[in-house]
Amino acid sequence: MNLTLKIWRQPDASSAGAMHTYQLADVSPDMSFLEMLDVLNEQLNEQGEEPIAFDSDCREGICGMCGLMINGDAHGPEVTTTCQLHMRSFKNGETITVEPWRSDAFPVIKDLVVDRSAFDRIIQQGGYISVNTGSAPEAHSVPVPRDDALRAFNVATCIGCGACVAACPNGSASLFMGAKITHLGELPQGQPERDSRVVNMVAQHDHEGFGGCTNIGACTAACPKEIPLDVISQLNKDLRTSIKHGH
Amino acid sequence: MPDTVSAAEASVSGSLDGDYDDAAGYYTPGAPLVDTKAPDAPIAERWQTRKFEARLVNPANRRKLSIIIVGTGLAGASAAATLGEAGYRVKSFCYQDSPRRAHSIAAQGGINAAKNYKEDGDSVHRLFYDTVKGGDYRSRESNVYRLAEVSTNIIDQCVAQGVPFAREYGGLLDNRSFGGVQVSRTFYARGQTGQQLLIGAYQALERQVAAGTVETYTRHEMLELITVDDGTGQERARGIVARDMVTGEVQTHVADVVVLASGGYGNVFYLSTNAMGCNVTAAWRAHRKGAYMANPCYTQIHPTCIPVSGSHQSKLTLMSESLRNDGRIWVPKNQADCDKDPRDIPEEDRDYYLERIYPSFGNLVPRDIASRAAKNVCDEGRGVGPEVDGVRRGVYLDFSAAIERLGEKGITEKYDNLFDMYERITGENPFEVPMRIYPAVHYVMGGLWVDYDLQSTIPGLFVTGEANFSDHGANRLGASALMQGLADGYFVLPHTIRDYLADGPFEEITEDHPAVVEARESVKARIDHFLSVNGTRSVDSYHRELGNIMWEYCGMERTETGLKKAIDLIRSLKDDFYRNVKVLGGAETLNQSLEKAGRVADFFELGELMCIDALNRRESCGGHFRGESQTEDGEALRHDDEFAYVAAWEWAGEDSIPVLHKEDLTYTAIEMKQRSYK
Ligand SMILES: Cc1cc2nc3c(=O)[nH]c(=O)nc-3n(C[C@H](O)[C@H](O)[C@H](O)COP(=O)(O)OP(=O)(O)OC[C@H]3O[C@@H](n4cnc5c(N)ncnc54)[C@H](O)[C@@H]3O)c2cc1C
Ligand code: SF4
Ligand code: FES
Repeated sequence: MNLTLKIWRQPDASSAGAMHTYQLADVSPDMSFLEMLDVLNEQLNEQGEEPIAFDSDCREGICGMCGLMINGDAHGPEVTTTCQLHMRSFKNGETITVEPWRSDAFPVIKDLVVDRSAFDRIIQQGGYISVNTGSAPEAHSVPVPRDDALRAFNVATCIGCGACVAACPNGSASLFMGAKITHLGELPQGQPERDSRVVNMVAQHDHEGFGGCTNIGACTAACPKEIPLDVISQLNKDLRTSIKHGH
Repeated sequence: MPDTVSAAEASVSGSLDGDYDDAAGYYTPGAPLVDTKAPDAPIAERWQTRKFEARLVNPANRRKLSIIIVGTGLAGASAAATLGEAGYRVKSFCYQDSPRRAHSIAAQGGINAAKNYKEDGDSVHRLFYDTVKGGDYRSRESNVYRLAEVSTNIIDQCVAQGVPFAREYGGLLDNRSFGGVQVSRTFYARGQTGQQLLIGAYQALERQVAAGTVETYTRHEMLELITVDDGTGQERARGIVARDMVTGEVQTHVADVVVLASGGYGNVFYLSTNAMGCNVTAAWRAHRKGAYMANPCYTQIHPTCIPVSGSHQSKLTLMSESLRNDGRIWVPKNQADCDKDPRDIPEEDRDYYLERIYPSFGNLVPRDIASRAAKNVCDEGRGVGPEVDGVRRGVYLDFSAAIERLGEKGITEKYDNLFDMYERITGENPFEVPMRIYPAVHYVMGGLWVDYDLQSTIPGLFVTGEANFSDHGANRLGASALMQGLADGYFVLPHTIRDYLADGPFEEITEDHPAVVEARESVKARIDHFLSVNGTRSVDSYHRELGNIMWEYCGMERTETGLKKAIDLIRSLKDDFYRNVKVLGGAETLNQSLEKAGRVADFFELGELMCIDALNRRESCGGHFRGESQTEDGEALRHDDEFAYVAAWEWAGEDSIPVLHKEDLTYTAIEMKQRSYK
């Protein structure tokens, strides 16, 4: 198929960016979206124009490195990561708009690449269980009910891609944060730090410039891992409990 | 034992037919190599003994000692978290934007541990035995035993971190079995075990960042190792040169010790199941500074990947081999049926070839055997799926019986995203038609040579995880790479590295030390070179061509003629690359073509060494199948009398051939047997 691509190009964080238009022919429906960009980049390189910078690594939908706004949707029209989006989701002759994640807390580094290190800093503020190496009790000493383990797993699958933030009109990272708080909060091992975790993570979230959640739900609709909206209720609930406990 | 064995002498002692030294002229023989760190104790006591003998560093002194760790996968993140927590000053590097994205995140199937929760006859000794046997007796016995020994602690550690492993109704951990073994010892978190384990290690790492013991340098790529003469003529690893991939700044970082946990080099084949950024640069730069590269030709080809669909393809996707627990592998008996709808082919016309040839292991034979068997049936013309270059390269992985037994729901619970992932990529629903799979490059067992302490031949340079060679021999059993990564990082390195650090405090090294300046300048010169060639071909096009050569001649089957041809092809392609590559953009900006150029340049040199290593090893073992060495019925034929050694290669300089050092493999706790899964 033949496509017209409108792609955001920006040399670096401090320069202004603009949309550029490219034509690409002979795109196979079996290509992933990123493979299509690879092909475009080969073409650009040949013509002496610098290839478009975009992030990706695993190309299996699991590392969370890729992420583009495609026709205004985070990761494009399907519920998946950009690397797992295939060109069979588009039509011959279509014009496709490609932009980087939109959020003040994710500044653009170059072209389609943004800086998501704010997520790491949120995790640093309590997104873990404090256990020193070598001091762990025997794994079977604490049974975990199967359903709790399952629910913990279902939300632990968040890949930290940032689509939830990019999709949210408020630029909130509540889904990302709620997923971690729910994952650790579902497990007996996560209880001792439950209160301080939520308080500190939320403080860091606000400090990074992410917006507040107003229950729009765009995050969960864009999330490739289908993290449910109720993790945000869990987050709010944990926050209330922690205040009750005097945090 | 003589210090050096000449090529001529080596050939006299051999018992193979014909001209023995296929690699004559491609290398120089060197002195034998021995591991001096494994204590001389019964195998079950070695690790306890070594831990006790390793000297201690008191907590006040730890703060004065610094450690650089390159890599934040299971091996690197676990090491950084543990060493940070112990009180050392740690700097952690990765090329991605966050440590959480390291390639370990993609591991699907599970992690082994000798917990014997199923009471099905498992034990530390059996895990040890299975791993050595699975590796075709080409791994180091003492290392493998230790791996099996600490495996049980890994599960405890991860559970305490909140890793949501699969559980049974009673709340206890569930297990499954994996290729090559008959006990159920694999712990898993659906099809995303690597992700959950890495997130656990990543969280432990971020906890140390908050505590101020670890500093992370993301989007930083190590491009050179810094070694410094310690005053006695001994070069020690003292730092790295890294490029800040955002600003392009070439930085030097010095420390008392350097750890490489930089993963594997399967991407030398271009198409593989590895993440796009996986590379050999960190290891290769260290190799050029004196670290030996061991068994580089040992590549694991994974049997259950989604077949190639076209020339645009950038990577191959693995389907976890745990699928082989329930899926049955077959091809049509008759070539004429190959393009039929598989559902129309009756039971009696299907060849469940693994169950037929290997009745006791069936679909669960180890990876090398399953891969080669698939290649053989496709080469016979009985492959299925679309023709690519005139051959159908695919076999069916059929779940119809399992779907009947467990229902769609049962299957989804067990394999979760794998069925979706398959459908998304191929556009076919595996609940309706059988999946199609074909082998692909997956993992490398070769890597930098390390002793029992995980120290390379450069003092002060330690190597962990997939980047070292020690634990998997010629073939890796499923679910044991994750185990090794975490064993090295949480439980082994922290003990062995303190023995090295106990010699501190070390001489202060400054940015203007001549060795540091030299390393930094050489990196800048390389970058300038790539940007100034201004030729006509993209880096990717070279990488693709190199990959084709490697797959064709150093892939699933290798022969003397093929390997020699490959070496010639690689040498001339590399020449052309340095004269004709086209890298646009600048040095002081994010420049992905420039990053790739440096990696591909190193892949050329590694690729050549892989072929030389494969040429030298005129036996078949594990993932290394030499066409000249097979039994009458086409099984791999080892030659323990000649090749029971680790081939450790020394870099001899830009215009010289490499030097081969051999470490003899001796087994005291296990008897070397021909491997059989029949
Ligand atoms: C699809 C897939 C599925 C798998 N499934 C399983 C499984 O089920 N069970 C199992 O046991 N094993 C599995 N494996 C194998 C296993 O995942 C890997 O062998 C293992 O995770 C490697 O871990 P590592 O820590 O050594 O390296 P990696 O996780 O590869 O980490 C490498 C790190 O080094 C960094 N790095 C590399 N080069 C540089 C440089 N020059 N400068 C700076 N940083 C650098 C990277 O940024 C990264 O952080 C699988 C592998 C694949 C590809
Ligand atoms: S919650 Fe979903 S969208 Fe947000 S970072 Fe996690 S996986 Fe991505
Ligand atoms: S590249 Fe890893 S999720 Fe897309």
